[in-house]
Amino acid sequence: MIAELGAFALMLALALSAAQAALSAAGRLRHSPALQGAGEGAALGAFIAVLLAFLALMDAFVRSDFSVANVAQNSTTTEALFYKVTGVWGSHEGSVLLWCLVLTGFGGLIVLFGDNLPRGLKALTVMTQGVLAVLFIGYTVFASSPFARLADPPAEGNPLNPILQDPTFAIHPPFLYCGYVGFSVVFSLGVAALIEGKVDAAWARWVRPWALTAWSFLTVGITLGSFWSYYTQGWGGWWFWDPVENASFMPWLAGAALLHSAIVTEKRGILVGWTVFLALVAFSLAMLGAFLVRSGVLTSVHAFAVDPTRGTLLLCILAIAAGSAFSLFAWRASKLTGGGLFAPISREGALVLNNLFLSTACATVLLGTLFPLIRQALTPNDPVSVGPPFYALTFMPLMAITLLLVPFGPMLAWKRGDLLAAAQRLWVAAALAVAGALIVLALARPAQVLSYVGLALGFWLIFGALAELVERTRLFRAPAAESLRRLGGLPRGAWGATLAHLGVGVFVLGACFESTWKLDNSQALTVGQSMTVGAYTLRLDSVTAQDGAGFSADRAAISAFRDGRPVCTLAPERRTYPLAAGQTISKKSICIRGASDLYVGLDDALPGTGDAQAWVVRAYWYPWARFIFIGPILMAFGGLISLSDRRLRFSLPQSAKARVGALKAKATP
Amino acid sequence: MVAVAAPILALAVGLTLYAMRDAVIFFYGPSQAETEHVPPGRLVRIGGLVAPGTVIRSADGMVRFSITDNVHAVPALYRGQLPDLFREGQGVVAQGVFDDAGVFQAHEVLAKHDEKYMPKEVVDALKKSGQWRETAAPAQAPAKSAS
Repeated sequence: MIAELGAFALMLALALSAAQAALSAAGRLRHSPALQGAGEGAALGAFIAVLLAFLALMDAFVRSDFSVANVAQNSTTTEALFYKVTGVWGSHEGSVLLWCLVLTGFGGLIVLFGDNLPRGLKALTVMTQGVLAVLFIGYTVFASSPFARLADPPAEGNPLNPILQDPTFAIHPPFLYCGYVGFSVVFSLGVAALIEGKVDAAWARWVRPWALTAWSFLTVGITLGSFWSYYTQGWGGWWFWDPVENASFMPWLAGAALLHSAIVTEKRGILVGWTVFLALVAFSLAMLGAFLVRSGVLTSVHAFAVDPTRGTLLLCILAIAAGSAFSLFAWRASKLTGGGLFAPISREGALVLNNLFLSTACATVLLGTLFPLIRQALTPNDPVSVGPPFYALTFMPLMAITLLLVPFGPMLAWKRGDLLAAAQRLWVAAALAVAGALIVLALARPAQVLSYVGLALGFWLIFGALAELVERTRLFRAPAAESLRRLGGLPRGAWGATLAHLGVGVFVLGACFESTWKLDNSQALTVGQSMTVGAYTLRLDSVTAQDGAGFSADRAAISAFRDGRPVCTLAPERRTYPLAAGQTISKKSICIRGASDLYVGLDDALPGTGDAQAWVVRAYWYPWARFIFIGPILMAFGGLISLSDRRLRFSLPQSAKARVGALKAKATP
Repeated sequence: MVAVAAPILALAVGLTLYAMRDAVIFFYGPSQAETEHVPPGRLVRIGGLVAPGTVIRSADGMVRFSITDNVHAVPALYRGQLPDLFREGQGVVAQGVFDDAGVFQAHEVLAKHDEKYMPKEVVDALKKSGQWRETAAPAQAPAKSAS
């Protein structure tokens, strides 16, 4: 009964979204606040309806109602409650429903927080959001309903793949989707601006917080997914340049470019068309990602049940949404004013350069991702794949130049910057970066030249970000109290940018360290035997049988020693899931040593019994690996801090005084 | 603007063209690898089935196995944790290089997270060698997936 209510709520949501689009459009055409208000009401209603549908599905999962096909295929009675709940988005149907929930949720947020948008622009934004909701909810209702019933319900369900029964994995889709679908707001704002034929600095100020929100969520989502891969895949791989990973990385790059170009549009009123273009690109790439992931046109390390029919439908949605948006852009973009000239050596010049590099890098990732498809169309008998070597030759050099330029940006003034002065302020940071790389060179065993370049780049980004703080607070030049006062007075946006750039540096350092100096060793051990990895000695103390929710396991107890002193105990497991066709998975155990990880997995037992029974133990040493994940979290945190900047707040109407102040500031930039 | 954009684009196009020629990873079925003689040291992917009875795990953590399309078999060597779905008789794609002795040194072994799934290239390779039987095909995975 509840499942039918869910299905009904979903159809209601489809109708409400259609009403949202139609009423908002009519409201804009007739300049009728009443119609527009009705459209906004429908948008809120659509969100509530999708939420009800989502809760209905969750209820079916929690109660293990196997008469619902989706529940029977993706959960069991023995699973922990947490996995029953997260199983809701574990399947294709459920994840599309989550996509719709986030989409209508953001539609609702535009209605609630969009009061300071001009009336017409808001109506058109809500309308576009409604059209997107119709496309995706329509797809859910007609091609991917999660509420289909089974005539003959099984007594026990088909478990969620054991490898996916993991807390990090279970929570990463909501973050990822808030990121992907969050870009729908800037997409809608872009379309609305194109229809209105008017983009001004104020428009850019509305775009920025939404872009920041989506980008920060996406950053967290990608990081969680990568972290999951790192500790489940066995060999600690956190990035494979796999199509599915690229699908999330492309909108991230476009979003990062958008964040920066929106600043230029806001402050200087230029790059207007480009900013709108990026707003359209970011969400289009997110939709492209959904298509690539679900259609199975590309072979990926990551498994997704693929369905060519659904793939075609998703391609149609992509074609309709992105196609019409870019056609609109081609038609109307010339209307957008604000080309304007600017000096190449200036803050805006630096941001333009940033955008050129980020978007070119994004294009190389797109090309690398789609190349196997294009080639297959030309020579079907000769399949190829594009992997790390391609990106090492294309994406990496472009990105290295980008990162080299990052610290200069904040040091340059708007309109007319002084490169020499910026260089003078940065020479200490540069010296420290080179020194840092040289110190590592002296301490660590030799490695490729590229590793040192990477390390110097990481240190350069970190010290460059700190140099900006020093500059802004006049540290070492003004009295300490004065510096402290200035530090407190820094706008949140500046803090956010500094933290995000710092995060990039931390990530680069982690990635370089991990990939250059990782160690591994695997050995068959009987109880009592030891092996070494790096500076650590591992002793297998025992292997015992353990039972858990839905699985039975061999759990090893391994003591780790360094210089003869015990540092920690590890407990890797070999789990067998009887319900999942006896699938075995290896649960790794990680001992965190500062920023580095001692990472141990238990492999299959070798033939033998009693005291002669041996297990293959795989041990890895990943130096500074934590930085790989801390870096992006810092970036997302920087995004959040920027979001809390008073100047960017999209909710609160500005006070009259602030508005006058803003006008004055605009008059005399 | 153009003066700045042009060199960046030229750089990107140059890098991409270079990478397209040298860094694309070709895929071979076992029979194809046998007939076309892949040069040793070139990064390629080999796809097929893990030949039943060939998986040998040694105490130093090395795993030997053969990748077959039921006509030819490629001996492969992998050091590292195999994916949890690596099993005899299952589809597998390995990425790595051939050594001078013709043994495939796998750097990475890709097996799907979904036990019912067969990589598309493996299906194509089996079809090419005439060993694909619809009955032998694994059941189409139901609507079940990762996230």
